Order: sequence, then C-alpha cells, then structure tokens
Amino acid sequence: MSENAPLLEVEHLTMRFGGLVAIGDLSFTARRDEITAIIGPNGAGKTTVFNCLTGFYKPTSGRLTLHHPSGQRFLLERMDGFRIPRQAGVARTFQNIRLFAGMTVLENLVVAQHNTLQHASAFSIAGLLGLPRYRHAEAAAVERAGYWLDRVGLTAQADWPAGQLPYGDQRRLEIARAMCIEPTLLCLDEPAAGLNPTESGQLNQLLLAIRAEHKIGVLLIEHDMSVVMNVSDHIVVLDYGRKISDGAPEAVRNDPMVIRAYLGEEETDTLPPEVARDVGMSAAPPPSAEV
Amino acid sequence: MAVAATAERARIDFPAVLKDAVLAAVVAFVLAVPLVGLQTLDQGANALGIKTRFDWVAYGTIAVFLGRLAIGYLLAVRARPATAAGTSGGLNALAATVSQYSTAIGVVGVAFAVALPFLPFSSVYVLDVATKVMIYVMLGWGLNVVVGLAGLLDLGYVAFYAVGAYSFALFAQWFHLGFWQALPVSGILAATFGVVLGFPVLRLRGDYLAIVTLGFGEIIRIILINWSDVTGGPNGINGIPRPTLFGLSFLNPDNVAEDVPTFSGFFHIDFAVIQRYIFLYYIILILALITNAFTLRLRKLPIGRAWEALREDEIACRALGLNPRNIKLSAFAIGAMLGGFAGSFFATSQNFISPESFTFIESAIILAIVVLGGMGSQLGVVLAATVLVTLPEFGRELAQFRMLIFGMAMIAIMIWRPRGLLAHREPSLRLHGKSAARRKAAA
Repeated sequence: MSENAPLLEVEHLTMRFGGLVAIGDLSFTARRDEITAIIGPNGAGKTTVFNCLTGFYKPTSGRLTLHHPSGQRFLLERMDGFRIPRQAGVARTFQNIRLFAGMTVLENLVVAQHNTLQHASAFSIAGLLGLPRYRHAEAAAVERAGYWLDRVGLTAQADWPAGQLPYGDQRRLEIARAMCIEPTLLCLDEPAAGLNPTESGQLNQLLLAIRAEHKIGVLLIEHDMSVVMNVSDHIVVLDYGRKISDGAPEAVRNDPMVIRAYLGEEETDTLPPEVARDVGMSAAPPPSAEV
Repeated sequence: MAVAATAERARIDFPAVLKDAVLAAVVAFVLAVPLVGLQTLDQGANALGIKTRFDWVAYGTIAVFLGRLAIGYLLAVRARPATAAGTSGGLNALAATVSQYSTAIGVVGVAFAVALPFLPFSSVYVLDVATKVMIYVMLGWGLNVVVGLAGLLDLGYVAFYAVGAYSFALFAQWFHLGFWQALPVSGILAATFGVVLGFPVLRLRGDYLAIVTLGFGEIIRIILINWSDVTGGPNGINGIPRPTLFGLSFLNPDNVAEDVPTFSGFFHIDFAVIQRYIFLYYIILILALITNAFTLRLRKLPIGRAWEALREDEIACRALGLNPRNIKLSAFAIGAMLGGFAGSFFATSQNFISPESFTFIESAIILAIVVLGGMGSQLGVVLAATVLVTLPEFGRELAQFRMLIFGMAMIAIMIWRPRGLLAHREPSLRLHGKSAARRKAAA
C-alpha cells in the first residue's frame, strides 16, 4: 500500500486569466513510483497545470498537496516558487528547453545542487577559505553530476557549453539537471518534442529506469503517444481545461470522450433546411452514409 | 568556384555604389564649407576677419568621394559574412590562447606591476597614472561581478564609489579614523547601499534595470551636492588624511612636529615626494590583487555559479530552487563593497573629494572597461583599463581628437568583438581536466 501512496493530490484546481478559464475544477492524484501522463489537445491547459504546481502561477482556487516521503505535507499553492523545488522536491523541465546555455554541461548539473553546496560553503565563507567541509561537498556534487551524465550518456561532453549540444542531448541534460536536485516529483513538459524515434525510445528507457530505481513520481506532459502509451501507469486527459478522462492507458485509449476530443465529433446532425439551401445542397446526406 | 566568383563580381551594382559615393561627397561638401572652408582670423582690436580655404574643401570632398567609392566596391566584392567570421574566428582563437596562458600572463603582469616604481622610466607622473589605472582595474573587477557574472546592467556603479569615498572622508572628519580603520567600514557601508538599491530593482532586468541604476547614481551625486551641512556641497571635503605605513606618515619631516613619526625619519633616508606615490601605488596594487583573488575564488564557489546561472536563465534558476532575490542582492552587495574600497582609496590618495569626481561619465568609463575587456574576463579588464586610462595621457597634444578616437575604438569593437576583446569563458570546474580539453583542441 505504501508503494501506491498518493504523492500529489490536486483538488479542484482552477486557474483563470481574466475571463479565460485555463483550468476548470481539475482533480487528480499522482502516486509514488508511477508515471502519470497529462495529455490533451493543444491549449488544453497542461502546461498551466505545471506552472501552478511549480509556483510560476498562483492558482485562482484549489488545493495542491504534496505528500513528501519524509512524512511532511506541503501545500504547493501557498509556497514561493523557489521553495517548491528546494523543500517539497518538485523538479521540472520546460517545453522550450531552459538550460544555462553559456555554462558547461557539468556546471549545469552542479548549479542544480546549489542549495546543498551553498549550505556546505557556509554562505561562501568556508568555500573562500577552502575548508575540507566544502571541498568534500563539492566532490560529492561533481560525483552526483557524473552519475547523471553517465545515465544520459553525456560524460564525454561534460565540459562543453550546454548550448552547443544537439537538441536531443539538451533534452536529456535538462532531465538530468532536474534529477540532480533529488526530487520527489519530476514534472516533464513534453520531453519527447523534437526527438526522432530512436531518441524517444531512449527517453522511454530513461523514464522507466528513473521510476524503477529512484522511487519517485513522474508527471509527464506529452504529445508523442508512443511515449505516453509505453511508459505511463496512469493518464489524465484534459480538454479546454477540464478533465475528460482519467485512468489506465487501456481505458483512456478506448474512452469515447477522449476519441472525440482528439479526432473530433462525428457529424450526426443534418443541416437546417435554410442553411442547406444557402450552401447549395438539397439536403445533407444521412449520418449512416459516412461510416 | 571561378564561375561563382565571376558571377559574384558581375552582380556589383555600379550605379548604386557611385550614387552612394556622390551622396557622401555632397554631405561632406555641405559640412566642409562652414567647418573647413571658412576660417576666422583675429585681426586685433576686436575685429574678426574671415579667410576662405575652398581648396581644402575640394580636397576633402574628393577624398570622401574616393574613399566611399572604395568602401562600396570592397563591400560588394568581398562576401561579408565570410570575412566577418574569418576575423572573429582568428580573434577568438587568440582570446582562447590568452585565456589558456592566463596564469603565466598574470604572473608576468603582476611582476611588472610590482617592479614598476623601480624601473628607470618611473617618475611621479608615471606612478600617478599607474595608480589611476589600478583604481579603474579594481572598479572594473568589482563591476564585473554585477555586470559580467550576474548579468545585471548597472549604470550607476559610481554611486558606490562615491559612498566609499565620502564615508571615509566623513569618518576621518568626525571620528578621526585613519585610512586603515575606515576601509572596512566604508566597504560595509557601500555594500549596504548596494542592498538598498538592489531591493527595489529585484524584478527589473536589462534596459529597465539600467535606467533605475542610472537614476540611483544621479540621486547619490545630487544628494552629495545639496546636503552641504554634511558633505560640504559642491566644495567637497578637504584635508582627508593620507594613509600611513604602520603609523609612519609620508610627510616632509621638516614641515611636521618632532613627535610625528615619518617614513623617511624612521628609516633615516632622505625625504622625497615620490616615496608617497610609491606607497599609494602599492596600496592600490594590493587592494586590486585582493579583489582579483576574491572575485576569481567567488566565481568557482556556488554563489559565483549561481550568479552566472541567473545571467543565463532566471526562470530555470527558480525551477531548481535557487532564490533569485538572494543571488541578486549578494551580487549587488559584493560589487558595491569592492567599489566602496576603491572609493575609499581614491579619497585618501586625492586628499580632497567633491561630487565632480562622481559623475555619470565615470560610471560609463567603468562599464566601458568591463564591456570592452570582455564580460567576465579579468585580464580583459586590465587591458581595457590600461588602454582607456593611458590613451588620453598619450593624446594630451591631440586632446581635441581624444573622444573621436575613443568613439572609433568603441565602434570597431562593437563590430568585430561584440562580446569584448578577451571574451572567453573558462569553466568554473571541469570533469576531464584542462589538459584533456587542450588535447582535444589540438586534435
């Protein structure tokens, strides 16, 4: 049961921008050791959910509870943006990659461990003096970075400026960087966007390995159905900011609501006579003729 | 290839080039008639005559026409992107080489700086200029923390310089503190001002931040002018004590009371004015070297990496749990503190300060040093400070062309080295070591 303990509970989340309801009364649960995918057509409000979770937006209403493995409970909607990754351990990546492009790959991963290192350097004093306490912490940070470089296959490029990496490598580096803060919940915003089939296959392996070895929850926004269907344990489908389906991949795939959102509605109505006259048709064909 | 080249040449639009040259010549002619063609002559007894020099106008116009024609032709012949990439590629390689041997260059530079007072050409004048260069080097390194590392464009850096200078002057006036006792206090005071400025501008970036910092610099200067009860207003503060060497002053023993210990008296050597200049020069050299070591070290610490990360992407910083507020404030505070130290030294070396020394042009020069030298490059700052401070000295006879040369140098750098003369970033830590990188570059 502890394996399936809820990690993140989203309750009645609503986000309004003026008159526009980006998310309307959304509730779902993400569990530990599970990959939860959030899918939906463009503009369905998926990234807005992430921005609410990670403190970039303050939700109009609703409650976002994170059950930390340490037993603490965090109400994310009340926390400052930078405290959410620091204390609650929610890490995220971005739809349009946000690496520190001028810094090296290794530095990107070490910056992610800033809070641990800053603490070890006693706000730079121990660091300035070169005390062993700080040197050990730095060595540990580089070692952790080295582990993740190995996992995403970027060890050889460790000293390159991150901006010079090919696109697919940048995506993987951003995931590695998010993992370096030792998150409890990893939020990935379209990690497969722009990847070729081989690369998205590698991404699947990486996500499954992260879930298996690090026992964290993963929240995944993705359009690439080969990724979504292969790795997710649980799928939440949004359309126009509302949840239209929620369940295991099989159930979601066959949900008529989902099919309608993605493929459009079947034409069942005949045109009103005056419209039909205007468009020059005597009458619309009966619906059965289309099928 | 040959066909392509001919085709390229054939595509030169001769009428357009000619038209451009004629237009330039007309503009030159219109400007030259009043500026060059007419010369006023003082004929004595308040009479003013005019002499015409239309031959000069003709030469000038022809020169502009031919020059513009040549430029137009060359631009059309040479494929521009290729040349631009070629030159900056070579310069990039040079910058990388310089940065690779930066330790060696640094050691030689420091050795030269230490030996300078004892070199044959050294004089009071040379040391005075060298002291001025070192002040700007120190200011440049200080501002580099804010602009180069944290990426916060600060146009009011001179305010912290002023705070350092005035706080030392006032401490000396009221509490009779010496330079060495007042130095840490004025640094802390300047850092406090840095935080005070930092708070309201936390949400600003780029141009908006630049405008607010510019305003802050002016506010400080105007307060210094108008708060005359405390700051002496436009008259400034006089009689700021000179620094002492462990209590030994550098005054002429003949002019002071018997019980005042002097440097020359203590060591039983002849008094010479240059001794004081050497001493001041060494103080600022040591302060600047400490600044250099301090900022280089900070850059390799978490705080330095956080500054650079903030410059690269503030949103990503927040997503990784870095607190942008603390990072920005620490950059402002440390930059301001270093400026305060330099200001304190400036006050003691000049013996007199007034608001006139802290105008916007000073901020602009310090920023120019950082930008021209290459953001984040310590050697670049030294190079740019040396050039910007000594060039006007060389050009004293050409005083009227000084700003012209300065402007042309700026434009040239903006075109060919938009990231600064020695823009090359050395990673703060490496996985594979420096030698591996060099091997790869060689391969």
